Amino acid sequence: MENNLLLKVEGLKTYFFSREGTLKAVDGVSFDIKRGETLGIAGESGCGKSVTAQSILRIVPQNGRITGGNILFNLNERGFINLVKLNPEGEEIRKIRGKEISMIFQEPMTSFSPVHTIGNQIMEVIMLHQALSRKEAKEKAIELLKKVGMPKPTQMIDAYPFNLSGGMRQRAMIAMALSCQPSLLIADEPTTAVDVTIQAQVLELIKELQKELNMALIIITHDLAVIAELADKVLIMYLGKNVEYASVDELFYNPKHPYTKGLLASIPKLGKGSRQRIEPISGSVPSPYEMPSGCLFHPRCPRFIPGVCDKKEPPFIEIGENHKVSCFLYKR
Amino acid sequence: MNNEENILLKVKDLRKYFFRVRGLTKKVVGIVKAVDKVNFFIKEGETLALVGESGCGKTTTGRCILRAIEPTSGEIIFKINNKEKPVNMRNLDKDELKKVRKNMAMIFQDPYSSLNPRMTILEIVGEPFIIHKVVRKRRELEERVAELLRMVRLDPEYMRRYPHAFSGGQRQRIAIARALALRPKFIVADEPVSALDVSVQAQILNLLGELQDKFNLTYLFIAHNLAVIEYVSNRVAVMYVGKMVELADTEELFSSPKHPYTEALLSAVPKPDPKYKKKRIILKGDIADPANPPSGCYFHPRCKYAQDICKEEEPPLINITGDKEHPHYVACHFAGKLELIGIKD
Repeated sequence: MENNLLLKVEGLKTYFFSREGTLKAVDGVSFDIKRGETLGIAGESGCGKSVTAQSILRIVPQNGRITGGNILFNLNERGFINLVKLNPEGEEIRKIRGKEISMIFQEPMTSFSPVHTIGNQIMEVIMLHQALSRKEAKEKAIELLKKVGMPKPTQMIDAYPFNLSGGMRQRAMIAMALSCQPSLLIADEPTTAVDVTIQAQVLELIKELQKELNMALIIITHDLAVIAELADKVLIMYLGKNVEYASVDELFYNPKHPYTKGLLASIPKLGKGSRQRIEPISGSVPSPYEMPSGCLFHPRCPRFIPGVCDKKEPPFIEIGENHKVSCFLYKR
Repeated sequence: MNNEENILLKVKDLRKYFFRVRGLTKKVVGIVKAVDKVNFFIKEGETLALVGESGCGKTTTGRCILRAIEPTSGEIIFKINNKEKPVNMRNLDKDELKKVRKNMAMIFQDPYSSLNPRMTILEIVGEPFIIHKVVRKRRELEERVAELLRMVRLDPEYMRRYPHAFSGGQRQRIAIARALALRPKFIVADEPVSALDVSVQAQILNLLGELQDKFNLTYLFIAHNLAVIEYVSNRVAVMYVGKMVELADTEELFSSPKHPYTEALLSAVPKPDPKYKKKRIILKGDIADPANPPSGCYFHPRCKYAQDICKEEEPPLINITGDKEHPHYVACHFAGKLELIGIKD
């Protein structure tokens, strides 16, 4: 495999098992990321975008299990390692988590411990992965807080999460995620809980730091505008399946799948005012326990072909350079 | 203000202060000015959008108008119909308020918490009829509810189900049906689509538009998503830390904002278009704390155009066009003197 490739996910399946039945949260998802590249994963609630991220880090909640597929991660001199094969509580994955791959979450208030200072929490990560003394780790933490634009970092290091505003907490979270210079950062809805002007600050910060550290980024969001802003390529998911996978320009200017087209047509665009027409997608996302047959999107699809779409599942095929889609309307 | 007859609602010097008290003596140790001297009017059949970031007082303003919470001071003048004199909501006693409230309704952000999980859809949507003693017979109640459900495109067959059986978008339709039950003239919609999936938001926005045309509804539309606001509203009011900073016709405000905060807000919104990579204005710092706001113009610590006067004096809200038909209100010392960039195609 080429050396530039950082992560390759093949046919990933993560299922949850409960009394109500089996929930196929992620069902055969494939994508790859090169070093320094940004992949956007977009979809509505329940499409499996967050579970995909949890699967990569092997932090899927207890009643869930990876039941198939591979997650190959490039560890440089040691070559590719299949994260699916690792024990989720074992030594190996813990060396990767927070060091090689780290993650920032939607609501930093719930992802920080409320009873420790942010400084202590950042230092914990540093000391876990690097042979540094407490004093050195503290210096490093201050340096990191400075880098993410935290005002008065030497004082803020002793602040508790509740002392900080939403934007500042998100900055602290980013500082913690970057403390070991990971080669891959996963950002799960990093700006959904903050205001527009703060969102602009956070996105700008992520962009700058990514460039500086040559880090690959997976950005997970339901907001296509954030994807357009950051991503090089995009994966659209619906109910745990791949729908469309293309470069960002292809996806926005030449979308193929009716679901992608529907999503793009249903958001009002700034600058177009009340003259624009927005076309909603009919119906709503079905319950994961009552999945439709065939193509999962067929009950909502404007181009549904009776006898085909409701009978068979469409394959995920390549229809152009770096453009894959799973829909019967297209041929290889 | 022009054309008094067309005006459905007029808000004058509305204030809502929250007092932080400490100890047994309830000593006041701080005041949060959630809404601070806000003025605006809404014409019949129009949509006025209230936009701003969290903590700017937009929801509090909406609730004060319905007197869901008591305002600290100010007037809320509501015109019930052309025959009666407009009433000041603030002076009404309980019974009078109940009568006036028949003409107003509210739609909330989160349809998961705004519908009682122990009530069926029939009970939820039919409750306004029972409270206001409009309908007495069960048979008629069912008919009225069925009619409302059809109006928001839900199958009336489902009226005996409970909210948990419905998706987010369907629940928001139920909430809309409930709001429309008594045929109100005025609806406060507080972030009605922010909690919904992207593909469902458009359904609700279009439904609200259709209902407005059909019943000549007037909306106060509270939201933070500027693209949604541009799509639905006729006029927009921008709030910052309890104060109104700009109010103008939607197109005017989006294409030529006159307040630096509005400019920054418009510039901060990411666009769903990968080729659109402009230099955006990144505001420094956080939104001011309403319990401890800065001196002068509240926006000055984050404003790149700020001068000395901005730190000392609070700018008044003035109409800079002088045009009475299409006023453009701005609260900035340098209103009209700055070259600000809006959003254009």
